[in-house]
Amino acid sequence: MLIIGERISIIAKRVREAMNKRDPKPIQELAQAQWKAGAHMIEANIGPAEEGGEDLIQWMVTTIQGAVPIPICLDTTNYNAIEAGLKVHNNEWGRPLINSTSNDPERFSMLELAAKYNSQIIGLTVGKGGLPADAEERSAIAAEIMARAMEYGVPLEDLFLDPLVLQMATSQDHALKVIKAIRMFQELNDPPMKTVVGLSNISNGCPKDLRPILNKYYLTLLIYEGLTAAIADPHEVTETAKTIDVIMGKTLYAHSYLEM
Amino acid sequence: MSYVVPKETYTGKVYTLQFGSGNKTITVGGENALPFLTFEGVIPHKPAIAIEIQDTTPADWPETLQKVFEGVSGDPIGWAKYCQDTLKAEAIVLRLISTHPDRENRSPEEAAKIVREILNAIEVPLIILGSNHVEKDSQVLVSVAEVAKGKNSVIGKAQEGNYKTIAAAAMANDLKLIAMSELDINLCKQLNILLSQLGFDKEKILTDPMCSALGYGLEYTYSVMERIRAAALTQNDPTMQPPIIADIGMYVWKIKETVASEQELPHWGSTAERGIAWEVITAVSMIMAGAELLIMRHPRAVDTVKKVIGELV
Repeated sequence: MLIIGERISIIAKRVREAMNKRDPKPIQELAQAQWKAGAHMIEANIGPAEEGGEDLIQWMVTTIQGAVPIPICLDTTNYNAIEAGLKVHNNEWGRPLINSTSNDPERFSMLELAAKYNSQIIGLTVGKGGLPADAEERSAIAAEIMARAMEYGVPLEDLFLDPLVLQMATSQDHALKVIKAIRMFQELNDPPMKTVVGLSNISNGCPKDLRPILNKYYLTLLIYEGLTAAIADPHEVTETAKTIDVIMGKTLYAHSYLEM
Repeated sequence: MSYVVPKETYTGKVYTLQFGSGNKTITVGGENALPFLTFEGVIPHKPAIAIEIQDTTPADWPETLQKVFEGVSGDPIGWAKYCQDTLKAEAIVLRLISTHPDRENRSPEEAAKIVREILNAIEVPLIILGSNHVEKDSQVLVSVAEVAKGKNSVIGKAQEGNYKTIAAAAMANDLKLIAMSELDINLCKQLNILLSQLGFDKEKILTDPMCSALGYGLEYTYSVMERIRAAALTQNDPTMQPPIIADIGMYVWKIKETVASEQELPHWGSTAERGIAWEVITAVSMIMAGAELLIMRHPRAVDTVKKVIGELV
């Protein structure tokens, strides 16, 4: 399973300060730590970044890729910033991922960028009208995003459908609906559609010591249903992903499989 | 409607391994398809065969096999030259059986002396094996490795109980290493991981998953080799991508079918022919399962297997 390291986010105070001061050290340290812990891709979440977003994302991409030889998941709602980020991204280390488009007309233009820069893209299964009620509604939105992707010239294998994980503490009934959506998304195409989740949202608002527990067990069920990728803390989930690969026969067992 | 051959595509590839020096090197591995399935991928190198000699008179070999090497087998250097010059062996395996504590218990220094003399006498690549005694091998192979420095030879076998010392010796003298586990694919993978963690280059390993003779557990070896290749090619598992070596002769030439005389079992036919057939069938099974390098004893069996390989590629 593809692990996208989540820790470089404007929500974290240390990261926000580093972004403001353009101090590469904390960013590069986080990138390296996540890469060593098993991340295949690094998320760079700069928030809405309405002002100076282009400069900021370019600095982020080059700073991160100056420290680790892996691709970046670009996370902002700012169209110009995404384009600026894609321009400096080093595709030799893998193709970038745009986070995200959705069924909101304001976000369709992200598909245009994915097509233009040969980038992969996340399709968040929400529309303008608020949160989806169940797996079926997520699936219906997914089908619309897929149609839109084809219209914009984005191959379906470059689209990662995201069912939107909600908080256990406030929306417990959605936990199972999201798992069901992962199963349903794959049936929308042959070969099956790729899927992604923002994993930690499941434990958002929960006590700190509970969070890794909820994250890991939830991830186990999602992988079992065929999840392709997760935006998560690799320190937390690499062990889970490797173990599930062994249980599902995708990797050959050896006593040191976790060290591989 | 024309028939279309169904094709499998693989994500992994076996490492290419070269041993020997000068213009007499051997290269094995490098393929990205299952054995002989040339229509599914590239198989750049044929399986190779090394002929086995020992560092002492092979008194424990069956008479029909001893006879083949009569006159040369008392002297390891002469024996090695005979294999190279007369039998045209592409590689030679020297088994240091006399170092075993239950045999002559020769010292590491004595073993190193023989290895040095053989390396000076032959040009073809040499594979140097201990006596398969875990403690003694870790002394003998360390001495021998120093002598083989610069010759790009293969030494072995490193096992769970002695891999650290032997791998360190191979690394220090830039040699290739045989990693052996006992018919268990998970332990085979584990040993290759442990070697990598020591800093030993995966691309310098030959995997020996332990051989067996037809009728004596061949199907276990076959299955383990097959699964190693499947993991290497379909799961792209780097720990399973070193070429496989099959140590055939030692398992074949001790079983009843190759040893029992015609007087004892007249209805089984000629003892000599039986032994050769047994070694051939075992060897051909191993290359079908995925072995890239074979250790064999009888020259006629070697020639027959070469012919089979020639017809398959």
